[in-house]
Amino acid sequence: MSDYGAIVQKLRDSFGTRKTRPAEFRISQLNSIVTLLRENEGPIVEALERDLRKPKFETMISEISMAINEANYAINHLASWMKPEHVEKSLVMKFDECFIRKEPLGVVLIIGAWNYPVQLVLVPLIGAIAAGNCAVVKPSELSDSTSSLLTELLPKYLDQSCFSVVCGGAKETTELLEQRFDHIFYTGGVSVARSVMRAASCHLTPVTLELGGKSPALVEGSCDVTATARRLVWARFFNAGQSCVAPDYVLCSPETRRLLLPALRDCITQLYGTEPRESRDFGRIINQRHFERIRDLLSNSQGRVEIGGETEEGERYIAPTVLVDVSESDPVMQEEIFGPVLPILTVESLEEAINFINRREKPLALYLYTGDSKVVTKVMECTSSGGFCSNDGLVHMTVITLPFGGVGSSGVGRYHGRFSFDTFSHQRSCVLRGFGLEWANQLRYPPYSEQKLERLLQATQERKWSCTLL
Amino acid sequence: MLPSPSSPSPARWFRTLRRTKSTEQSSKLSLSVCTELLRKSREALASGRTLREEFRLSQLEALVRMLVENEDEFVDVLHKDLHKPRFETVLSELILVKNEALFAVNNLKKWMNPEYVARSLVTSLDECFVVSEPLGVVLIIGSWSSPVQLNLVPLVGAVAAGNCVILKPSEISSHTTELLQRLIPSYLDTECYHVISGGPSDLTDLLELKFDHIFYTGSRATGQQVMQAAARSLTPVTLVLGGKNPCYVDRECDVGIAAQRIAWARFHNAGQSDVAPDFVLCHTDVQARLILALRSCLLQFYGPEPRHSASFGRLVNAELFTHVRDLVLASGKVAVGGEMDEAEKYIAPTVLTDVLESDPAMQQEIRGPVLPIMTVYSADEAINYIRRKEKPLCLYVFSSDRKVISNMMTCTSSGSFCANDSVLQSMMVVLPFGGVGASGMGSYHGRCSFNTFSHRKSCVLRNTRVECVTYLRYPPYEDRSLSLMMWASSLSRRSQAWCQIL
Repeated sequence: MSDYGAIVQKLRDSFGTRKTRPAEFRISQLNSIVTLLRENEGPIVEALERDLRKPKFETMISEISMAINEANYAINHLASWMKPEHVEKSLVMKFDECFIRKEPLGVVLIIGAWNYPVQLVLVPLIGAIAAGNCAVVKPSELSDSTSSLLTELLPKYLDQSCFSVVCGGAKETTELLEQRFDHIFYTGGVSVARSVMRAASCHLTPVTLELGGKSPALVEGSCDVTATARRLVWARFFNAGQSCVAPDYVLCSPETRRLLLPALRDCITQLYGTEPRESRDFGRIINQRHFERIRDLLSNSQGRVEIGGETEEGERYIAPTVLVDVSESDPVMQEEIFGPVLPILTVESLEEAINFINRREKPLALYLYTGDSKVVTKVMECTSSGGFCSNDGLVHMTVITLPFGGVGSSGVGRYHGRFSFDTFSHQRSCVLRGFGLEWANQLRYPPYSEQKLERLLQATQERKWSCTLL
Repeated sequence: MLPSPSSPSPARWFRTLRRTKSTEQSSKLSLSVCTELLRKSREALASGRTLREEFRLSQLEALVRMLVENEDEFVDVLHKDLHKPRFETVLSELILVKNEALFAVNNLKKWMNPEYVARSLVTSLDECFVVSEPLGVVLIIGSWSSPVQLNLVPLVGAVAAGNCVILKPSEISSHTTELLQRLIPSYLDTECYHVISGGPSDLTDLLELKFDHIFYTGSRATGQQVMQAAARSLTPVTLVLGGKNPCYVDRECDVGIAAQRIAWARFHNAGQSDVAPDFVLCHTDVQARLILALRSCLLQFYGPEPRHSASFGRLVNAELFTHVRDLVLASGKVAVGGEMDEAEKYIAPTVLTDVLESDPAMQQEIRGPVLPIMTVYSADEAINYIRRKEKPLCLYVFSSDRKVISNMMTCTSSGSFCANDSVLQSMMVVLPFGGVGASGMGSYHGRCSFNTFSHRKSCVLRNTRVECVTYLRYPPYEDRSLSLMMWASSLSRRSQAWCQIL
């Protein structure tokens, strides 16, 4: 059993030497991550295949490529991110320097998840490195092969005095959380997130929590049914449904459902063939526990399997499945599915769909398929979610200039691109004055008088539609 | 013959009942009252009225009117609570809030507009932007030292961002709290915004309820309690926490001016400020001069008997008086001041010297008009001392040597930093204000307040025309497609453009 206290102390000591401050160091570490990914493409693809039977294509675009892009984006922009941000000064502060410095927080903890084990560890790590921190990384024990690989590779490529990898399950995580960190970044489920935040509160450590929930997909009557079906199928069954931002269930009118179902069936066949089990492009469930969980959701559902439904325990295979006649109280609607099952609930109107969504916890993503831009505006304005995407799925999280994160029970904080850098930085306001102009300061000193007050007020009041003077 | 008592008129009975009810509400916070207010707020939120720009503007303008029309009352209650001079009330409480509200009014349209982001080649047919949404019902727990500012500045941000608010000012500044409870319902929408009051045990009950954000200003211990409670419902928090703000005075420095600026910052509001310098680390070469300068400053500011000065405040209550008094008696030596009067809760502006790191005045937050001065022999020694302690809310340095300032700034961390003055950085509407590490998390003021109380939702609006490109992403996967996508997706180090085909 390693001594987590010693690991954190070592990193703290390194941080204290200021070696992570210079841009050159940060860029060299980010470059090393890119090199790690490029040189180990094969082993990474194999590890993900062992863990999730993830197709090489999916590994390349959603794990390796995404992380490489984030690293390169950070390298390209680091100089501008690190520069102090000067602010608009008032007349009175004309001779002063007023700016915001971006400072690293110190030693941060990154707890990854198993569904995208490379991306969900490396993308936050890239942000932490770019911002000048040291980090402890704890990959998920469920994605065993990938986590072992990362544990072996990261120390080979990164400066071991600044970055450590810790392995283990719930017990080890609990012990790790007793240590004091300067930020904790967690991706995973709500109940562990509560423990993380509670542990963080003992040290007043800020947290970023990337959680999930049930992301609704509204399919409205004016949508292009074929394109909608294809994009829904792609988004739902990518990684065998194990994505925190996958559309979790569909809301549509009975008429739309009538048109959608055959389109969904066709698309599933086009994408995965008539026997998805034999398709090399379709993944498997991470472990026995989750497999049984999803299989039980299927068997306990009061709805009806319209497409798919086959399962095979040995392979932890669940076919791309569409359920219909599902009601709000159905077991499948009580928890995030996190598997290749798409329930369809019918509603009579857009208002009913919006009310349905608003009755529930704020989701991580909200999807809308429609041809009517007024409908887009209405849904976007009348609901709240981490992110919103119309006429597609998943893609909003790949736009590097957009922040990615949840709201309410889908999470706290955000990251990706510049927002990762900001998450792991402290924005410190700085004002640098000289000793001159003390005559101007005399107004503010006691003994106070009404006269002084009047003159000071004239100089400092914000007026409507005018510039700030203080 | 004695006149028979007049029979109780219905009007009089109702008046008595209303007075009794409001007294009950102001003296004890009951969980059922809060639950009801929360329910009302959620209903008001669901009505959608806070989403409209006109509504938010009208509320912010009403807040400004409230401060302007009741200036004398505010001056009066702050005088009752803290013996705060009118000058300080107007400048550091009323005008500050007014400026924040007007800044929000002037900028609200811009803040509410979606922020379009740079797009990649493929998403150039899409709309990609970030839109700010209210979080919902937020809880603001203000502190007592600047009760108007610390309650209403966050309120401005919460209102501007379209939230409903439950505001809980401190029971310690009881007169100000009572005034806020009376005035706010007369100026702001009574369905959306509520003011409650109560004691420390009531806070535990209040934190059982689910809010969409909790904004707390106060002590570290309570900050931890707030965050722990928030963890149950994964509620985001902003914590602005007090502590000891160090102030280094270098040997290269205009000691006279430094003394004036430090004295102003430390002794305004009788030292009861989260942002004032809490102690001085003084270079040995200038210490004697600094003390002389401080003495002369204090004489100039408050006269030979500060107790009679209308410009000097009092400690807020007996408990704080005792705390500060005990710190003084157990630490170092009194170089200036030291006089106290328990009945008046008066402690003279006091400077302590020969202070050791282990003295109580160097271990605990002072929160009173006492400035310990500890000797150091170099700027590096000061930096090492500061780094051994928790990150403070504010850090100050007085020096005419740019290298010293730069070193101090780069070798330490703090919520905010100011060279050759103090407090100002916490009053500027264009600079974020907040803590780091043990001094807190999150920030506010100006646009930062709006952002703190908003959810910034990322939106991608696609149409179906892009299928000609996105078809590459669908199974059955082909290595050929993969190569094409990887080539197009990879961000080159040389190019700034980024293209992800998905």
